Amino acid sequence: MNIKWDEFFVTGDPLILGAQISIVLTMVGIIALLTYLKRWTWLWREWLTTVDHKRIGIMYILSGVVMFFRGGIDGLMMKAQTAVPENEFLNAQHYNEVFTTHGVIMILFMAMPLLIGIMNVIIPLQIGARDVAFPQLNALSFWLFFSGAMLFNISFVIGGSPDAGWTSYFPMAGKEFSPSIGNNYYAIAIQIAGIGTLISGINFIVTILKMRTKGMTLMKMPMFSWTTLITSIIIVAAFPIFTVALALMTFDRLFGAHFFTVSGGGMDMLWANLFWLWGHPEVYIVVLPAFGIFSEIVSTFSRKRLFGYTSMVIAVAGIAFLSMLVWVHHFYTMGSGPAVNSVFSLTTMLIAVPTGIKMFNWLFTMRKGRINFSTPMLWTLAFIPCFLIGGTTGVMLAMAAADFQYHNTLFLVAHFHYTLIPGVVFAVFAALYYWWPKMFGHKLNEKIGKWHFWLFVIGFNFTFFPMFFLGLDGAVRRSFTYSAESGYGPLFLLSAIGSAVLAIGFAMFVYNIYWSIRHADRNISSDPWDARTLEWATASPVQDYNFAKLPEVKTLDAFWHMKKDNEGLTIEDKEIKDIHMPNNSGIPFFMGVVFTVAGFFLVFEWYIPAAIASLGIFAGLIIRSFDYNDGHHIHAEDVRKVERKWRNRKGEVHKHVG
Amino acid sequence: MSANLTASSDLPLEYQSEQSKMNILGFWIFLGAEIVLFATLFGVYGVLAERHAGGPTQQDIFVIKDVLIQTVLLLTSSFTCGIAIFEMRRNRLKGLITWLVITLLLGGGFLFMEINEFIHYVHEGAALQTSAFTSSLLVLLGTHGAHVALGIGWAILIIMQLLKRGLTTETTRKTFIIGLYWHFLDVVWIFIFTFVYLEGLVG
Ligand code: HEM
Ligand SMILES: [Cu+2]
Repeated sequence: MNIKWDEFFVTGDPLILGAQISIVLTMVGIIALLTYLKRWTWLWREWLTTVDHKRIGIMYILSGVVMFFRGGIDGLMMKAQTAVPENEFLNAQHYNEVFTTHGVIMILFMAMPLLIGIMNVIIPLQIGARDVAFPQLNALSFWLFFSGAMLFNISFVIGGSPDAGWTSYFPMAGKEFSPSIGNNYYAIAIQIAGIGTLISGINFIVTILKMRTKGMTLMKMPMFSWTTLITSIIIVAAFPIFTVALALMTFDRLFGAHFFTVSGGGMDMLWANLFWLWGHPEVYIVVLPAFGIFSEIVSTFSRKRLFGYTSMVIAVAGIAFLSMLVWVHHFYTMGSGPAVNSVFSLTTMLIAVPTGIKMFNWLFTMRKGRINFSTPMLWTLAFIPCFLIGGTTGVMLAMAAADFQYHNTLFLVAHFHYTLIPGVVFAVFAALYYWWPKMFGHKLNEKIGKWHFWLFVIGFNFTFFPMFFLGLDGAVRRSFTYSAESGYGPLFLLSAIGSAVLAIGFAMFVYNIYWSIRHADRNISSDPWDARTLEWATASPVQDYNFAKLPEVKTLDAFWHMKKDNEGLTIEDKEIKDIHMPNNSGIPFFMGVVFTVAGFFLVFEWYIPAAIASLGIFAGLIIRSFDYNDGHHIHAEDVRKVERKWRNRKGEVHKHVG
Repeated sequence: MSANLTASSDLPLEYQSEQSKMNILGFWIFLGAEIVLFATLFGVYGVLAERHAGGPTQQDIFVIKDVLIQTVLLLTSSFTCGIAIFEMRRNRLKGLITWLVITLLLGGGFLFMEINEFIHYVHEGAALQTSAFTSSLLVLLGTHGAHVALGIGWAILIIMQLLKRGLTTETTRKTFIIGLYWHFLDVVWIFIFTFVYLEGLVG
C-alpha cells in the first residue's frame, strides 16, 4: 500500500481550489445551521432513519436536483469552453474530466434518483398501498445510491476525476492509459449505486405485483405504475450485466487481470459490448417512467381517459423487449461488419414503431379534450415535438451505413440530448409540478413556473439544435476546442448562449421552490387538479399511513369514477382500525456510510483499510438478520383525528362522517 | 407490510403471512438477477476461454478427479438441503437442523476443495494476471465460490435463529429462502461443470 499523499488532493487549478473551498464552507455552514437550530435529532429521526416511501422519495428527489445542478455546471463549463474558437478556459484534460463526470452524473445520479424518487412517492399511493413491499430495503437502496453519488462527486477534489468518457471504453480506461485513480472512482462508485438500483427494481416489482389494492387488476392499473413495473423488470434484467462489467473493470485496474486490457489476450470490445448491453436498456430505464408520467398528465389535463390504454401497455412492453436487442448500434464503426450491423439497424428502427404508437395515443387523448394549460401540461406539450426530433434523428443514426458519416460528432450529442432532456428532464419537471401538492400540500407557483418553462425550453432548443448542424459539418464530440478557420464559431456561440438561457430557466425552478415554500397557498384541496388516480384519494401532504381505509377499485381511473359516482369518498369512524407500520431503522444509513468508506479505500487501492471497512458491511447484514422487530401500530383513535381534520376542510371532496 | 396471518393452515408455514409471500417472491426475482449475473460471467468466459496468451490451457490445469469430488459434494448437499426443507414442512425442528448442518458440512468440503484447486492453479502458473483465460476462469469460479461461502455464513445465522425461536412463520421463511439459494448455486455449478470443465477437457 503506497499512499501518495501529494496526489491526494487535487491541486494547481484555481477552479478546483474554489470548489474545494466552497465545499468546505458549505459543510461547515450546514453543520453550524443544524446545531444552531438544534435539528440533529430531527434529522436523524425524521429523515436519516426513515423507512417511509414518501420521505425516501423526497430524499431521492432532493439529491437528484442537487446532482442536476452539479451536472448542469459541468455542461455549462463545456459550453463556455467551446463558445469561441481556441478558448483556454478548460484544457484538454479538464474537458475530458468534465464531460465524463457530466455524462455519468446526469444519467446515473440525476435521471435515476429523480425518477426512482418520484416512483417512491407515487407508486404505493397510486396502487392503493401503505408502503412498498420492503420498506427497509428501500431505505438501503437510497443510501447505497447516495453513497455512490457522494463518492463519485468527491473525485474532482480528492484524487482526480475519471476522464475516459461516461462509456469508459477500453483500452483508454485501462490502467495503462489511465494510470491515475480517477477511473477507479468510476468502477467503484457506480458499482455501489448500481446495487441500490437493483434492489429498488426488485422492490418495485414485488410491490406492484403483490400490493395492489382490492379490485385493481393489472389492466386497471394507472399508466405510471405500468411503466414503473416494466422499468423495474428491465433494471433486474440489465443491471447485473453492468455489475459484472464494472467488477471486471475493477479486477483489470486493481489486480492486473486481463478481461479488457489487450495484453494477455483480453478484449477491449468485450467491454463495449457489456457496457451497451446494459447501457441501451438503461436509456429506456430512464425514459419509460417518463412516458408514464406524461400519460398521467395528458389524461388529467385533457380530462379524458388515456387513449389506447391497452396499446400503450403493449407498446411499453415491446419497447422493453426491443431495448435488449439493439446495443450494437453504439459501435457500428468498430468492426462488427455489414451483416451484424444490418440486423441491429433493423431492431433499432423497430423501436420507433411502439414509440410512435405512444405518441399518437397522447395526441388522441388530447383530441377533443378540454385542455387545461397548467405547467405540468405545458411540459408535456413541449415534450412531444422535442422528443420527436430526438426520435427522428435516432432513426437517422440507426442506419448503419449513414452512421459512418456522423457517428462521434455533435450530431449524436444533439440527438441524445433531444431524447434525454425532453424524455427525462421535462418529465421530471412535469411530475414535480404535478405532484408537488401531493408531497408538500401546496402548489408550485404557476407564474414563475411558466417563466421556468419558457426559458428552459427555448434555451434547450438553442443549445442543442445548432449542434445538429455542427455535427453534420464534422465537429467531433469530446473535443475541447476547434480552430477559427473551421467556421464553427457562430453556431457554437449560439449554442453557448442557449445554455445560459437554459440555466436561467433552471434558476427559476429553484426560485420557484423557494417562493412556494414561503408564500404558496396552503389552503388547497387534496385534489387540486381534479385528477383521476388513487394518489389523490388521500390527504396532501400524505399522512404516514397513506390510507385510513384501503380504497377499492372498479375501473381504470378509479378516483375519477369515485368522484363521479360519489362512491368511497367518505369514511366513518367505525371503518377505521389500528394500522400496522414498520419501524425506523439506522441500519441502511450505517450501510451507506460503510460502503462509502470501504469504497473510498478501494478507490485508493488501500486494501487493508478497505477490508477492515467491509467488515462493517457484514456487521450490518448480521444485525439485520437477527432483527425481528416488526413495527408498531398507529391507534385507530389517532387515525380518526387525522382523518377528521383534513376531510372536514372546506372544499374537500373527501368527507368524514360520524 | 403487515404481518397478519392468513391463517389457512393448508399453506406451509413459510407462506402464511403476506410479508413472507412477498419476501419469497422478491427472492425469486433476486435469483433472476443472479441468473443474469452468472450468464454474463459465462458469456465472458465463453469469449475469453481460448485466449491463453501463451499461458496454461484448460488441459494443463484441470484435475478431473478433484472436480468430480467437488461436484458430488455439492450435488449431495443440494439433496440434503432438500431433505432439510422436507423436515421443516413436517414440523420437525431437530431433523431440519441436523440436515442443514450436514448440508453445510458438505458445502464446507466443497469450499475446501475449491480453495485447494485455486492454490493448485496458482502453482501451475495460472493466476488471475496470467491470461484472459485464467482471469475469466478464476472470476467465474470465484464468484460461485464466494456465493457458497456467503451461503454458509448466512445459513449459520439462520440455524442460530432456529435454535432460539423454533419454527415460526419467519424462521421457516428464512430457511426456505436459503434453501432456494442453495439449490440455485447447485444449478450454477452444473453449468460450470459442463461448460467449463467437461468442455475444457474435451475441447
Ligand atoms: C442541462 C443542460 C445540459 C448541457 C448544457 C449539456 C451539455 C453537454 C455537452 C457540451 C456535452 C459534451 C459534448 C462533447 O462531447 O464535447 C455533453 C455530453 C453528455 N451529456 Fe449533456 N448537457 C446537458 C444535460 C444533460 C442531461 C440532462 C443528460 C442526461 C440525462 C446529459 C447526458 C450527457 C451524456 C451522457 C454526455 C456524454 C458524455 C461523454 O461524452 O462521455 N446531458 N452534454
Ligand atoms: Cu442505444
